[in-house]
Amino acid sequence: MNTGFLTIYWRDMLRFVRFKTLLVSSLIQPALWMAFFGVAMSSSFDRLGAGIPPVPGVESVGYLTFMGAGVIAMTTLFTSLFGGIVLLFDKNWGLMREILASPLPRHHIIIGIGLSGMTKSFIQAIIIMIFGLLIGVEFFRNAGPLDIAVSVLGILLFVGIFSLGFLFLSATISISMESPEGLQGIITLMTMPIFFASNALYPTDAFPQIMRDLSAVNPLTHLITGIRYFAIGSDFTAIGIHVTSTPDDVVRSLLMLVVFAAGMFSIAWWRFSRAVVT
Amino acid sequence: MNEPVISVANLSYRYGTFTAVDAISFQVQKGEIFAFLGPNGAGKSTVINVLITLLALQEGSVIVAGHDLQRDPAGVREAIGIVFQEITLDRDMTAWEILEFHGRLYALPKEERRKRIDELLALVELEGKRDAYVKELSGGMKRRLEIARGLMTRPKVLFLDEPTLGLDPQTRIRMWEYLRDVNREGTTIFLTTHYMDEADQLSNRISIIDHGRIIATGKPWELKNALGEDIIYLETADNDAAMQILDGDERVRSVRRTKRGLLAMVHGDGTQLLPALLDGIHDAGLKVTAVNLKKPSMDDVFVHFTGRELREEGPARHMVRRR
Repeated sequence: MNTGFLTIYWRDMLRFVRFKTLLVSSLIQPALWMAFFGVAMSSSFDRLGAGIPPVPGVESVGYLTFMGAGVIAMTTLFTSLFGGIVLLFDKNWGLMREILASPLPRHHIIIGIGLSGMTKSFIQAIIIMIFGLLIGVEFFRNAGPLDIAVSVLGILLFVGIFSLGFLFLSATISISMESPEGLQGIITLMTMPIFFASNALYPTDAFPQIMRDLSAVNPLTHLITGIRYFAIGSDFTAIGIHVTSTPDDVVRSLLMLVVFAAGMFSIAWWRFSRAVVT
Repeated sequence: MNEPVISVANLSYRYGTFTAVDAISFQVQKGEIFAFLGPNGAGKSTVINVLITLLALQEGSVIVAGHDLQRDPAGVREAIGIVFQEITLDRDMTAWEILEFHGRLYALPKEERRKRIDELLALVELEGKRDAYVKELSGGMKRRLEIARGLMTRPKVLFLDEPTLGLDPQTRIRMWEYLRDVNREGTTIFLTTHYMDEADQLSNRISIIDHGRIIATGKPWELKNALGEDIIYLETADNDAAMQILDGDERVRSVRRTKRGLLAMVHGDGTQLLPALLDGIHDAGLKVTAVNLKKPSMDDVFVHFTGRELREEGPARHMVRRR
């Protein structure tokens, strides 16, 4: 098997650990989200939800726990969308020429960047989970070590496939763009609807129909569905809303993410096969 | 003896409607240093980018190291080394990592990779900079590191696009020495340059390229001899009249106007001919105000072959062959 993508992976990880500021900030940023946004919002929401009578026999979780899954998802989204930017810099600084003129098949570039970005997302997701547990996120309640291990693997599976999809998208945009500023603009523009038309911060049940439709096809929603299923459970209430998910729902969400990632990979493949860099 | 490593026939390349390379053909023999000499925008980089597979072959046939570019670009890629025009090094990687990365890109086995890195760092005298970041290296060191990188895979041909662009004179001369060493060890070298002295001093053969066409090809001395043995520069009171006199003299190969005077290319030894020519002009009653005698340089060759006012039929297009 041609393992050329590992070369791309190796170099990108080398840069990840080398740029200490980037490394530390990318690890601290999600923790700060949890610490500030999470704590602030949960203290408000939990007070609002306090008057709503609990559904009998259904566990109730605090808002911090509810949005903890959203923060993992959001961090994965941002990291992945910006994960391909290195390709733009490589292109602009001529480094891409070395790679494109080498015998390495071009789709290995996409795979290598995808895998390194996925690794970064894994590291971040684990840090958020640990930090979350420390500040009171109630993930994996009443679960034994084996259950927790399975749940963490389930979360990482969702995070992994989701991040690959957005990394392929990011790689496609990067190889097509000329300037980092333009890339930043496009990505910022994209994150807004993806993030807010999802169930990251609030349940989508009360959305207007169009937002509900959007959120139903939004990969972020499917990622969060998966994370909540593994981290919190299939049946719980948060801020007074009853959230249920069946294993079928979770499998459907996973399949949606697989389709999304596969689609993005095809587009990236097509774009890279046509890229001319001189 | 004639064993072409690069064989190009009728290569054309167009950017939209602009023809950057116009049906050029040439061969590079095994073991030689071959230079494309031409001004910026002549089409040199386009040719090199096609040859190294970064631009698609549009028209013509190219064979590099036995691989047909159209049918087997992967074979070409594996057989060549490249030093790009601009520095293409990751500033935040060490010299060793740059070479390691390259070796891995070309799927060299680990042991061979490591051994080759040591050899090459020694060749370009960067052993001491093994773990230094690229951003800490001087311009010359970066260039040497790039040459080492281009040689990682023991290529049959090393392509260099303007190898000494932006380097100071001393570093350039050192760079030529490295390239001669590399060539002595058996690597064929194809380079582009717009420095006359680089083409002159470094290469065994030169093609002069302008407006996407090869105007002349030959060994440096052959190209210079095409101009005549010596060049005499004259300024006179009446350059037009002086030009007529010189033009009629059979010892003069050709005369060309410059801004303030005349350039006469002569057959035979200029030191002997100069007094006689001056006498002729003097006899016609013309005052000579300045004289200079020199051997043709690559610059003269270049102006000779690319000069617009050269001949009635415009830019001459012929091959100079050894005779």
